[in-house]
Amino acid sequence: MIIDHPLLGPRDAQEFVILGDASLIDRPDWQAEDAAQQFHDYQHLRDNPAGEHRELWFHEQGDRSWLVVTRSTLTHEVLKVELARDVAIARGRNR
Amino acid sequence: MKTGAWIGHSAVDAMRYSVLQILKEGLTGNRGWKPVWREPEPKRRYDVIVVGGGGHGLATAYYLATVHGLTDVAVLEKGWLGSGNVGRNTTIVRSNYLLPGNEPFYELSMKLWEGLEQEFNYNAMVSQRGIVNLYHSDAQRDAAARRANAMILAGADGVLLDREALEKKCPYLDYDNERFPIKGGLWQPRGGTVRHDAVAWGYARGADRRGVDLIQNCEVTGFDIRNGVCHGVETPRGTIGADRVAVCVAGSSGKVMGYAGLRLPIESHVLQAFVTEGLKPAIPGVITYGAGHFYVSQSDKGGLVFGGDIDGYNSYAQRGNLPTLEDVCEGGMALMPMIGRARVLRIWGGLVDMSMDGSPFIDRTPVEGLLFNGGWNYGGFKATPASGYCYAHLIATGEPHPVATEMRLDRFERGGAIDEKGVGAQPNLH
Repeated sequence: MIIDHPLLGPRDAQEFVILGDASLIDRPDWQAEDAAQQFHDYQHLRDNPAGEHRELWFHEQGDRSWLVVTRSTLTHEVLKVELARDVAIARGRNR
Repeated sequence: MKTGAWIGHSAVDAMRYSVLQILKEGLTGNRGWKPVWREPEPKRRYDVIVVGGGGHGLATAYYLATVHGLTDVAVLEKGWLGSGNVGRNTTIVRSNYLLPGNEPFYELSMKLWEGLEQEFNYNAMVSQRGIVNLYHSDAQRDAAARRANAMILAGADGVLLDREALEKKCPYLDYDNERFPIKGGLWQPRGGTVRHDAVAWGYARGADRRGVDLIQNCEVTGFDIRNGVCHGVETPRGTIGADRVAVCVAGSSGKVMGYAGLRLPIESHVLQAFVTEGLKPAIPGVITYGAGHFYVSQSDKGGLVFGGDIDGYNSYAQRGNLPTLEDVCEGGMALMPMIGRARVLRIWGGLVDMSMDGSPFIDRTPVEGLLFNGGWNYGGFKATPASGYCYAHLIATGEPHPVATEMRLDRFERGGAIDEKGVGAQPNLH
């Protein structure tokens, strides 16, 4: 698989490690009433789709940036690559 | 172990394979053999529908019929029987687990393997040639001794081999490797390999003979759920009703349970396996080299069957990528340099349900009448008999089998994870 890094251009997926579903960006509020349930779901449950999947990849052997890669789990085709920072800020995180 | 009364039905007995029958057919041109199972049309309704005609689903149907006397059962399979992981694994059986939530279950599976061929009257080529897990340091030796003790406590067998004893079995390993010198291994003599397809066929034949409908090319595309109760399944061949629907589709669990609106503690990943050309006998049993992410055995045809880690990314593609091939072959070269002379003939990939703690699930779900069996990670094949046996027990009695009480879907909420490796909720590290 080739990941088209937004800053560095096309890079072999071997340079990266994958963490998993990009929903891991949306860390629950620890002060919420049902924080324990929310953290259980956040930590352990997955949509696990057969098709388009947004996931977090870390460019370990490159610029050490976190990326959100949209990839098909049926064909391994990489459809879109964004900096995780941009995605997190767009979702209301401060960084 | 006796697992249930043989139904003394004349049709069942007449179909028993025997040496006499082989001789007779051999002398008369093999024209008397009958199809091994029927191809029935689905009925409108069953007591139990098993979704998934792989090893676990067929074993479940078999034990429902033999142990619990439930024969109004259908197995619905999207492709052909045994077309998933039961035909794509590396055929290893073992019960060398550590934790009390796992080890008694896998030991039950081992005992069922040992009696399987007599039980279902089918040659599954159960071959107990042993399995060794290598260790490379004092700390790893201590961990291996602890594991062997846990195995023995659960009724299994485990022997700690030092380097000298191991060298007698496998003289060709790279014992003085600079990074991972081999100090010995944990040997389970009763581990080994089984002819994987024959397991599916044997269970299918046994279930069919007792009246279970095995329905191929019948994909489940949804569940008939009303007011939180599952009443059946949707298929391209119509809605089929059932009191209990038992899903057993490891690899595709996320997809199928998604039809019921359930999110699972599971990710689907791809695991690759490799086979070389046929060679003279060289590998005595199964050798696993955890430090190098590599394991190998030798098939009856002589091919070296080997593999390593999962690729690590979510996948439903049934094929992997080349970096993992390279990594696995590097592990092989580090362990036994002679493997470099062998040529790889075939490579394939299978879908595996990677769970959040590396252990499986056999449980009810929040939807009444809908049960779930999955999350077998990279090791579902060895579990096939016990998985079917315990799932059938849960379906028939409504209560988990005593050796499968920890394999619950809610165990993460209760702090009851069964984490053999201790790496936490990171499926691609298990």
